[in-house]
Amino acid sequence: MAGWSTYRGSAVSLPLANVDTDQLIPARFMSAPRSEGYGKFLLHDMRRDDSGADSADFVLNRHQEAGVLVAGRNFGSGSSREAAVYALVDAGFRAVIAPAFGDIFASNAVNNGLLPAQVTAEDAEVLHATLGKDCAEMTIDLETGVMTLGNRSIPFQLRDSWRTKLINGWDDIDLTLHHAGAIAAYKDKRHSQTPWAWPSAAD
Amino acid sequence: MTAPLTLLDRLWSAHEVLRREDGTSLLWVDRHLVHEGSHHAFAKLAARKAAVAEPALTFGVVDHYAPTRGREGAMAPDVARMIDTLRRNADQHGIRLFDLMDPAQGIVHVIGPEQGLTLPGLLINCGDSHTSTHGAFGALAFGIGATEVAHVLSTQTIWQKKPDAMRITVEGALGPGVSAKDIALHWIARLGTGGAQGFAVEYAGSAVRDLSMEGRMTLCNLSIEGGARFGMIAPDDTTFAYLKGRPHAPKGIAWDDACADWSKHRSDPDAAFTREVHIDAAQIAPTVTWGTSPEQAVPVDADIPTPAALEADKAKAASAALEYMGLTAGKPIAGTPVDQVFIGSCTNGRIEDLRAAGAVLTGRRAKVPGIVSPGSAKVKAQAEAEGLDRIFIEAGLEWVASGCSMCVGMNGDLVESGKRCASSTNRNFRGRQGRGARTHLMSPAMVAAAAVTGAITDVRPMLQGRAA
Ligand code: SF4
Repeated sequence: MAGWSTYRGSAVSLPLANVDTDQLIPARFMSAPRSEGYGKFLLHDMRRDDSGADSADFVLNRHQEAGVLVAGRNFGSGSSREAAVYALVDAGFRAVIAPAFGDIFASNAVNNGLLPAQVTAEDAEVLHATLGKDCAEMTIDLETGVMTLGNRSIPFQLRDSWRTKLINGWDDIDLTLHHAGAIAAYKDKRHSQTPWAWPSAAD
Repeated sequence: MTAPLTLLDRLWSAHEVLRREDGTSLLWVDRHLVHEGSHHAFAKLAARKAAVAEPALTFGVVDHYAPTRGREGAMAPDVARMIDTLRRNADQHGIRLFDLMDPAQGIVHVIGPEQGLTLPGLLINCGDSHTSTHGAFGALAFGIGATEVAHVLSTQTIWQKKPDAMRITVEGALGPGVSAKDIALHWIARLGTGGAQGFAVEYAGSAVRDLSMEGRMTLCNLSIEGGARFGMIAPDDTTFAYLKGRPHAPKGIAWDDACADWSKHRSDPDAAFTREVHIDAAQIAPTVTWGTSPEQAVPVDADIPTPAALEADKAKAASAALEYMGLTAGKPIAGTPVDQVFIGSCTNGRIEDLRAAGAVLTGRRAKVPGIVSPGSAKVKAQAEAEGLDRIFIEAGLEWVASGCSMCVGMNGDLVESGKRCASSTNRNFRGRQGRGARTHLMSPAMVAAAAVTGAITDVRPMLQGRAA
């Protein structure tokens, strides 16, 4: 996965609280292999009517080029389904901005190069008000932790370890394998000190 | 003198392989549980041509897509494909799989404890957010995404930043007809779905100690609905009694050693928590959700809230939820007619849950259709030995095999659009039980009461003179 440190793209506003993972991608689509692309499932039931036709006035249908989503409180709450992140990434998103995120969603996002940028509730309101139903060019700088919309600069919060990971596009497995010695030593110690931690054979 | 420690501190340091400068820890994983949904992670592994590091610590189960009827016969093609993929992956990597016909099959968070795979002091991961359930045993258990599942499969470790410690203390005695489910819905309604975000929640207090393991699992299971990735309860004699003799639990001398170790897994009396919440058990009523988020819940004898009376940031969400749910603000929640009921899931599909529902349904008929899906094949067998299946069937409900079923509808057990379901599950999200489905979360006893009256109903009067 390629890292990134600045992004410039179209931002749209979805001013809803609690957009949970079941809304981001309904369960019925999750058996599809990733190679098929998950973008078409993003917010499926919110953006399409019962017949599967696009709702013309839904913000993501009007602005298909969007790469930044400004959302409401508690975005991505709910399940651990990484498919919710795949849907956003495959639909072209690089960043989601909200006052708070579901914990597992946020770490899944970072694992896929998607920035979960946390802003204050007041700043989120400003962004929603500025964007309204339109889209506008936004710049996001991971190094400085600041996003710029028009002439307004707004800071965002991001865990240091997540910032580093997004910038470097690191693969955790490769990094961890460098610690193979420490892991093996830990395992030996755990096995000798707490043998009960290994499952006993079922009778 | 060492500083007083929380249960979280103890569990965390016991699993820390190393800590990076940025504060992220590399933790050893004692048990890794996979299910059909883990296909993305196995695909990542295949792309790297990597092997599973510790197959003996990895266990698989068919649950999310498990058909609840006609398991021997033909299945929908996507369901069959998901199950076959898991079989192939388990087989290729030498992972013990609790397959559809296994007498120990069931929902991952039910069978882990049931099989003695879940033990105090362990770190347990699963690609499912309700992995917090296993914390009921004093384990460090948390849900992870597919990239993390692939990481655990490859390395048996996980990178994680230590959360802050929060304690929810529930003192006193729960009233009759009030259960662990109500404690959970009560605190989430009070603190909000983000109330415990970034925290590991330890549950304490006499009302928590008085809960059975089943109740403790229900409570820890729902931690994620309040935003916490971890829920935990210090192990005690109730924990040990539940685990003794379980298939994969330690045996003989190892059991005694383990119990001695496990007894140390607790918070010091003067340990500091970043956040403390106190709840009086006697104040908790049977609680029901009215909206599309678990925080949108009220006592069953209360009215549906009026959005304008809520805080500004919640008012808009409340109006949208009421519209989706087809409810009128200001009306009593009790009396809301339901179309169907569901009893099951990793939240409330254990034997005690079925007994609680059975106590209400004995000698009564359900006015609406419904499904009862036990949390595991073992729970099913136990319920049948106790005659609970007869009670459900005679009440007019369908008694089916074990799986996630209508909690998430992946196997096709869905609620139709616009229909209202009283459900013992954990998520009332829009579309969770099917597109347009309207879900009301409540305890199994409350679901049983709704089945009998065909409407959301206070179960308490219905339990008078009965052993609940
Ligand atoms: S029963 Fe529901 S919440 Fe539990 S593991 Fe299955 S889908 Fe997830």
